Amino acid sequence: MLETFLFGVFPYVAFAIMIVGLIWRYRTNQFSYSSVSSQFLEKRQLFWGSVPWHYGIILVLLGHLVGVLFPEGVKAINGVPVRLYILEGTGLALSLSLLVGLVILMLRRGISANVRATTSFMDVVLLIVLLAQVVTGIITAIFYRWGSAWSVQTTIPYFWSLFTLSPKVAYMVALPLLTKLHAINFFLLLGLFPFSRLVHMLSVPLAYLWRPYQIVMWHRRQTQQ
Amino acid sequence: MDVRAQLSMVFHLDKCIGCHTCTLACNNIWTSREGTEYMWWNNVETKPGTGYPTLWEDQTKYRGGWELKGKALRPRLGQRLGLMANLFFNPFLPSLDDYYEPWTYQYGQLFSAPQADDQPTARAVSKISGEFLNVEAGPNWDDDMGGSSVYARNDINLAELTDAEREALFRIEQMVFFYIPRICNHCLNPGCIGVCPSGAIYKRAEDGIVLVSQEKCRGWRFCVSGCPYKKTYYNWKTGKSEKCILCYPRVETGQAPACFHSCVGRIRYMGVLLYDAERIEEVAKTPDAGLVEAQRSLILDPNDAAVIAAAKKNGIGDDWIASAQKSPVYKFVKQWGIALPLHIEFRTLPMLFYIPPLLPVLASTGNGKYDLSKTDFFGSMESLRVPMKYMARLFSAGNEEIIKKTLKKLKAVRAYQQAQSVGIVTTSQASALLTEAGCTADEAEAIFRLTSLPRFEDRFVLPPYHREEVIGLTIEPIKQKERVGFGFNQLPRRGP
Repeated sequence: MLETFLFGVFPYVAFAIMIVGLIWRYRTNQFSYSSVSSQFLEKRQLFWGSVPWHYGIILVLLGHLVGVLFPEGVKAINGVPVRLYILEGTGLALSLSLLVGLVILMLRRGISANVRATTSFMDVVLLIVLLAQVVTGIITAIFYRWGSAWSVQTTIPYFWSLFTLSPKVAYMVALPLLTKLHAINFFLLLGLFPFSRLVHMLSVPLAYLWRPYQIVMWHRRQTQQ
Repeated sequence: MDVRAQLSMVFHLDKCIGCHTCTLACNNIWTSREGTEYMWWNNVETKPGTGYPTLWEDQTKYRGGWELKGKALRPRLGQRLGLMANLFFNPFLPSLDDYYEPWTYQYGQLFSAPQADDQPTARAVSKISGEFLNVEAGPNWDDDMGGSSVYARNDINLAELTDAEREALFRIEQMVFFYIPRICNHCLNPGCIGVCPSGAIYKRAEDGIVLVSQEKCRGWRFCVSGCPYKKTYYNWKTGKSEKCILCYPRVETGQAPACFHSCVGRIRYMGVLLYDAERIEEVAKTPDAGLVEAQRSLILDPNDAAVIAAAKKNGIGDDWIASAQKSPVYKFVKQWGIALPLHIEFRTLPMLFYIPPLLPVLASTGNGKYDLSKTDFFGSMESLRVPMKYMARLFSAGNEEIIKKTLKKLKAVRAYQQAQSVGIVTTSQASALLTEAGCTADEAEAIFRLTSLPRFEDRFVLPPYHREEVIGLTIEPIKQKERVGFGFNQLPRRGP
């Protein structure tokens, strides 16, 4: 019963909250969208936290995405043991570096008085949820080898079944507890997304790569439109 | 020819007494909020000195402005991809230590302290964390050189001077300084806009004011490094960047900006300049020595029929053209050529011009007294109290000829007026100086009048805005407010 709720209902609730929440926040309070960086207040520790964290998490998330989108491809890669070891090894190395980054960022929030003063309640909640996500992920990777292989028959079909609105909870029930937590925590993160600083992920300024350097705005022409 | 109008400024440095009234007028209106305590959109610096934030002119440290790489003009901060790679940590961002940690005192302690043997004290506490603070620096602690030559010695504009010249400058009885008030230059080729990943900063085409859209800003902070003048600031509370808005709500209603209005020394002038937007990039690429002249050539004659026709074609109204014709800024910068941009080698084409100070340069102390009688002071460089090289570093990208020309004219105007009223200088001496400076008696008279006897409406020739009509016809005023810069319909709170 609990598992039906957690894997069959909760994902949809979290996803709905995320979509509605994001639209609501964007429409009512664009001002609140920001990276809310604290580099200005403290930069030495931030470097060792922020850089490994961000690059690590971007690559690991991309790895997850590739796994979900091309399970057959991953399977083909894993067909040769050496390639499997390289894939899993790289993933683990990235996860460990981003874990180090995250821990440094957490400690920094506590150590620097100025950074502490600008820390919101949601920042603390988010850091704890993220830490749980990273730790459960790393433990799964180390103790339940090899995730990139078995997920093709378990979590990925489950994930796709969510999209067809017929969640196959059975896939998840059989998995170890920590792996289940990793999945549930992910849905929790989706729910927290619009109400935390995570929204800055949507602001990645890719348009900067091709826009002209200067921006000039004509009030007259703008209002005539 | 793509004619645009720019609300432009001139500061007459000989008249600045360094009282910081402008700074406080600005602070009272705009930056007395949490997150902005450390920001001084207007500040006054002592030169030689290191300024605020410390060593802001040193672009090897902060990488502001533009650099010429071959034929391309690029932000010194880096190429687009390189910039994006530094999104999670900007190595060139000035941090709180480079400004100062804002503080207050525990005044309440003076009343609430329990009875004891000693007097209660009000200790300094940080305005950010609320914790006790050892106050070590402030935004203007180099005021009047801060009682030592340390600040002055670290001025990077002195780098090119010989050791002997530098030592001469610092001999205590020779020590000389002047003030330089700074606000956002509302540049034609702004560095802050060029590096803003979100595209949140923009220049208003109608009047050239540069603003940060608070709705679009995502707090990537590159503008703080990208502005070579360090005039964009990061609000640590809201996670947004903020800068001088040239008091546009005041300007749009016909009032001079707060810092201009409150200026005690009446050093500030404001007026419209017409310029050719088509040539901005070309001018910004001029080699260093020619930059000042090139920027001047960008400014168009508002009395020229062709310019007027082109201006009208671009939608600039008759009243704005009339305002440009009366502009005191046009007179100082273009007609008389005595107002110069600050550090134009940063290539942002700043539209705030300074009339370099004559007095600290002019007088020599050869006989142990403050001596103004030498007329050949441009011939003997060693008798100058402030070396020409130093002034050229500040105001003409190192081109000493421009400084000489400017100071000659200022000196000639002074001599002309002295001949008229006090008689220390003879009329023939004065006219010889005028001829040498390439200045007519009429021009000298006009410069004297606008410098010493200007009325309020001579200093601030503000063009009439017709926002009320335009806005009322096209869009709901509240919506309009959201679109341009600082308009809040809700409290500017940090996101959760």
